[in-house]
Amino acid sequence: MKKLILTTAAAALVAGMAFAASHGNVVRMGTEGAYPPYNFINDAGEVDGFERELGDELCKRADLTCEWVTNEWDSIIPNLVSGNYDTIIAGMSITAERDEVIDFTQNYTQPDPSAYMAMSMDVDLKGGVIAAQTNTIQAGFISANGMTLVEYATPEETVAAVKSGEADAVLADRSFLAPIADGDADLMLLEKQELIGGGVGMGIRESDGELKEKFNAAIQSMKDDGTLNALIAKWEVGEQF
Amino acid sequence: MFEYCVDPSVLEGLRWASCYLTTGKHFLFYWSFLTVLTLLAVTAPAALAFGFGGAMLARGPLPLSWLGKTYIMAVRGVPDIAFFLFFVIALDQGIEYLRHVVVCPGWEDPIRQGNDFIVCSDAKTPNNSAPQLYHDVYGFFLAVFTYAIVFGAFAANVLFGAMQAVPRAQIETAEAFGMSPRQAFWRITVPQMWVFALPGLSNLWMVLIKATPLLFLLGIEDIVYWARELGGTKQAKFTDYPHGDWRLWYFLFLLVFYLAFTKLSEAILNRVMARLTHGQGTLGGAV
Repeated sequence: MKKLILTTAAAALVAGMAFAASHGNVVRMGTEGAYPPYNFINDAGEVDGFERELGDELCKRADLTCEWVTNEWDSIIPNLVSGNYDTIIAGMSITAERDEVIDFTQNYTQPDPSAYMAMSMDVDLKGGVIAAQTNTIQAGFISANGMTLVEYATPEETVAAVKSGEADAVLADRSFLAPIADGDADLMLLEKQELIGGGVGMGIRESDGELKEKFNAAIQSMKDDGTLNALIAKWEVGEQF
Repeated sequence: MFEYCVDPSVLEGLRWASCYLTTGKHFLFYWSFLTVLTLLAVTAPAALAFGFGGAMLARGPLPLSWLGKTYIMAVRGVPDIAFFLFFVIALDQGIEYLRHVVVCPGWEDPIRQGNDFIVCSDAKTPNNSAPQLYHDVYGFFLAVFTYAIVFGAFAANVLFGAMQAVPRAQIETAEAFGMSPRQAFWRITVPQMWVFALPGLSNLWMVLIKATPLLFLLGIEDIVYWARELGGTKQAKFTDYPHGDWRLWYFLFLLVFYLAFTKLSEAILNRVMARLTHGQGTLGGAV
């Protein structure tokens, strides 16, 4: 019996290696799948959204085979550096802090102003409680500016917190909040906006310079021929280039 | 799924629900129940095996007993969430490192470059180009192993206590009959200890059932992940089935599932208990 198990394990290992050798390399694209319009899971259970279309087009232009994976936002950077996937394409804003750990391609959206969404227009931002997703530029902004921050693991929960009254307002990318405010009569965007972050880019391991250059070139070519602008307009993710 | 589901926005009532509940996303939700049940079915015996091994080590001669006791103490002392976040990444990297050493002997770059962990592409487990299924199965086994280690430590403590609880007189009698320590252990201690271990083990089983949402930390999409994802507010722009915040209903469904599962487990555990106590010189056995 022991022998049988060992042989099977060895066979599986060898088969795995043979499999690896016969196939070209696949680039695994890590995303969150919970941040429309950037990325979300559609009715069919697949990753969809602005970044899905963008990513597929980038892979086509860079001549790469890409596979989509979802990962929780909290552990999205550790799993990239550990090699569980090769890129982060999850509406992640380029910040100096993140840039110390991973590299970013050039930005593929303009810096999207962050907006506050609340149940009434005259909410007291200074004295109230502001919700934001953990490890986002918005969460950093709130605590750096002396406001009261309450953090949630998913974007959905930050909105739910405002509706349930746990938080007075939520701070997030305007393009994420706008469709929600449109669809819900109780929620509205405040006029005050914050300009934080340097646009959204793809996160790539620092040691993976070659892949970064490939995606940089692909993004540039999409910027040059206007296809990126068309995508930005289609999914309404902020200003065009 | 059904033909009339082409444009759900004109449907109402049952027809709408029948379309809504049969979207691809919902089928992933239904599948995830199977994932969780399979995980429990595989993890429970694995954890029991770890527990049994740990308890035997802890009872063994000196250097071994240190090992067993350290395992029990260290794992029980580490918060689950830390264990599930860091141990899994470490385990994954450990496996890839070992394969790397075997598969790519000529590799000269360092494995650790700054924050990055780089092994040659052949040593990637599973390989990058492997179908997503392989990645899922691999993640599943990492999960089983991690759960088995964590719950094994608790089980080891329970079993250790249970083994100590078997009356000394029983062992002495066995020795008087000429049994070796090994025979006495397997024929006298082990059959009798289960009855002492079962209440503790059944607690562990209940906790294990409820610990499955930690799966999502390991990248496995479990029932709680899908309930949260499906129940979340959906705008018409991004789905054919827009709805408000329905998480409450999905979580109520999960509540019913977990309660039913707990009830079923209890019924089975009661039967096992009755069987184990049968004929024992204890209060339970006298009934």
